[in-house]
Amino acid sequence: MIYFDNSATTQVRPEVLSTYQQVSEKIWGNPSSLHKLGETAWNLLEQSRAQIATTFGVQPGEILFTSGGSEGDNWVIKGTALAKQRFGKHIITSSVEHAAVRNAMQSLEKQGFEVTYLPVDKDGRVNPQDVKDALQKDTILVSIMAVNNEVGTVQPIKEIGEILKDYPTVHFMVDAVQAIGKGLDDLVFSERVDFAVFSGHKFHAPRGTGFIYKQAGRKLAPLIDGGGQERGLRGGTENTPGIAAMARAIRLMKEAEEKDVTSELAVKKAITDHIVQFNHVKVFSGTDGFAPHILTFAIVGVRGETIVHAFEERDIYISTTSACSSKKHTEASTLAAMKVPDEVATSAVRVSLGDQNTLEDAIKFNQAFDQLYAGFKKIID
Amino acid sequence: MKYDEIMVRYGELSTKGRNKKSFIDRLGSNVRKALHQYDKVKIHPNQDRLHVELNGTDAEPVMKRLKQVFGIQNFSPSLRVEKDFDEVVKAAIAMFKEQVQGPMTFKVETKRADHKFAMGTFEMNKQLGGALLRAFPDDLSVDVHNPDITLRVEIRLNGIYLTSAKILGAGGLPVGTAGKGMMMLSGGIDSPVAAYLALKRGVSLEMVHFYSPPYTSEQALAKAKELTSKLAKYSGSIKFIQVPFTEIQETVKEKVPEGYLMTVQRRLMLRLACALAQKRAGLAVFNGESLGQVASQTMESMLAIEDVTTMPVLRPVLTYDKNEIIKIAEEIDTYDLSILPYEDCCTVFTPPSPKTKPNLKRARSYEARLDVEGLMQRALDGIQIDEIHAGDEFLNQNQDVFAELL
Repeated sequence: MIYFDNSATTQVRPEVLSTYQQVSEKIWGNPSSLHKLGETAWNLLEQSRAQIATTFGVQPGEILFTSGGSEGDNWVIKGTALAKQRFGKHIITSSVEHAAVRNAMQSLEKQGFEVTYLPVDKDGRVNPQDVKDALQKDTILVSIMAVNNEVGTVQPIKEIGEILKDYPTVHFMVDAVQAIGKGLDDLVFSERVDFAVFSGHKFHAPRGTGFIYKQAGRKLAPLIDGGGQERGLRGGTENTPGIAAMARAIRLMKEAEEKDVTSELAVKKAITDHIVQFNHVKVFSGTDGFAPHILTFAIVGVRGETIVHAFEERDIYISTTSACSSKKHTEASTLAAMKVPDEVATSAVRVSLGDQNTLEDAIKFNQAFDQLYAGFKKIID
Repeated sequence: MKYDEIMVRYGELSTKGRNKKSFIDRLGSNVRKALHQYDKVKIHPNQDRLHVELNGTDAEPVMKRLKQVFGIQNFSPSLRVEKDFDEVVKAAIAMFKEQVQGPMTFKVETKRADHKFAMGTFEMNKQLGGALLRAFPDDLSVDVHNPDITLRVEIRLNGIYLTSAKILGAGGLPVGTAGKGMMMLSGGIDSPVAAYLALKRGVSLEMVHFYSPPYTSEQALAKAKELTSKLAKYSGSIKFIQVPFTEIQETVKEKVPEGYLMTVQRRLMLRLACALAQKRAGLAVFNGESLGQVASQTMESMLAIEDVTTMPVLRPVLTYDKNEIIKIAEEIDTYDLSILPYEDCCTVFTPPSPKTKPNLKRARSYEARLDVEGLMQRALDGIQIDEIHAGDEFLNQNQDVFAELL
């Protein structure tokens, strides 16, 4: 089997699973309990938090645990809206955000917030000048993803941050779900970024884990009120096994990050170099300014779904442009925003790489590609 | 950039006349303590400056530690080059490459301790300035009054030293120069901040912590110790004196009317702290009281409590607002520890409505119902003293076990 759908989810690593299991078995106390069992669980929780913080060069108090990317996106967006609505009701985002951001924005629009959706260029990239032009007196939040999940575009976070230095009260949030472990920490944890959102299952941690980075001093309202967990910002008994497992997954990921990025780039290049030779292939993900692990292309004239299944028959797993939208038969929103015509966009598929993929996988993929391209020839020529 | 030396400039102590020598010696030994883990580093406390000779040690972590040593106004990492003008130019250009970003102004300031060196100070300023202007023709210009960068050149017997960055130190006075004090450390937000401020003014502290098992937990004790470990980074190590307080609290609760529980309890705490100070050559007692913050911190209350001693009771955060205290607590990284929800000696046996304006005479008469001497003797007999170092861990004993899981 060749798994090329790592941006949808990843397999939990055995070491990470072992942490999850050991914590579930041995350190199962409620971290809020005063007795020894609780104290031990609390210490593990805080040590996990400190380890993650150190990895990214931030303070432990700046890491808050969540259930994943969608919660993180919703929390920062709606939590900012709640905390800052008396200062303004205008929000800026891009037209290529993940559904968790896009739909949270739409939900706020129904409640009277005004949202500016910035356009992107043909590579799916936001123009920082557009951010500057869109800023209003009552802007409270700018939310731009670090890496687009559908085509892998790296957004100009640094440049936008530079612009926002002149607007210190505006919250700047970065959805970094696809950026973690891809050599992009400098971008995500740059000085002017106030919030960043992460999801555990994208880097071999269990489902239902995630965290946000919240720069010290920034206000965020809780969405889940409860027993004062996560510094009073997110109620609910902490998912200690998941959090410890995620801390370990992050450590393992960071240890191999440089090597993994290099190998992912090599695999991406091997596939790109091969498929661009074909007439009906259109590649959307470039090398410069794109993440190393996402390669989106179309065989124009063949529906994405058909391509996915054709590869599946050869035991290769890829996806239409985003797992979340792939069952809804809507053409990918990022491609639409890039002004890719509908008939091309519906043909798009995404190959997303992980640390376990090798050049050998790329060769097998290319062979499979040749076979099925030959088969599709009848319908596209 | 690989530096050879860090030049440390003294703070207020340069103005302290006759005490200057003892101040410098103390700062020298504090710096030595702070840097003891770097065995190649050599420290030379001189009359007007202290030199930290790096001998190959990375300057970054050393400077990080220096930032926590009180009595340092600022410091500059410096490079040593051979006594040769071309070498000076080469090194100066390398230094400026790290600092010049866009148009900036600079000046060169030369000091010549070795008067045998061929170039005079004026000559050096002029030649080196010219060389730098030629190296950065688009960005650099000279401003001798208010430059962005001041390049200092010191021609000494053993080489020429170049410095340009000036890094702010912690200020204050070297810990120990003001004498020793007993710090009443509960574990709340205020007392660690008060301790920090006292250390900053040169006081060497010993922590006095009242421990009342089973009413206060081992966690509360561990928390106070961990707070001490956070503060120890400013003074090398701190002695932690744990005073058993259960019998006193129980007796007070039994014999004193509710409204005066807190006042009498506090009188006994202060008596004990003063007794410890006397025994251990302390000159004063410090606490974290802030005027009007809680019932025990009104002036009436202070009067009724401080009545037990003639020793100075010093309150570094007396006039600080809670928010100001919290801000410092966050800066010195004690806040998150302080807000851990363990009962401490101040929170158990707190009556629902303590007297905010206790009467001195009554406080005395209620205290007289107790066998003060006996109670104190037994408490003092039971003290336990630990030496706590920066970075010691008390709250999380499973750290290593966890490290394997994570």
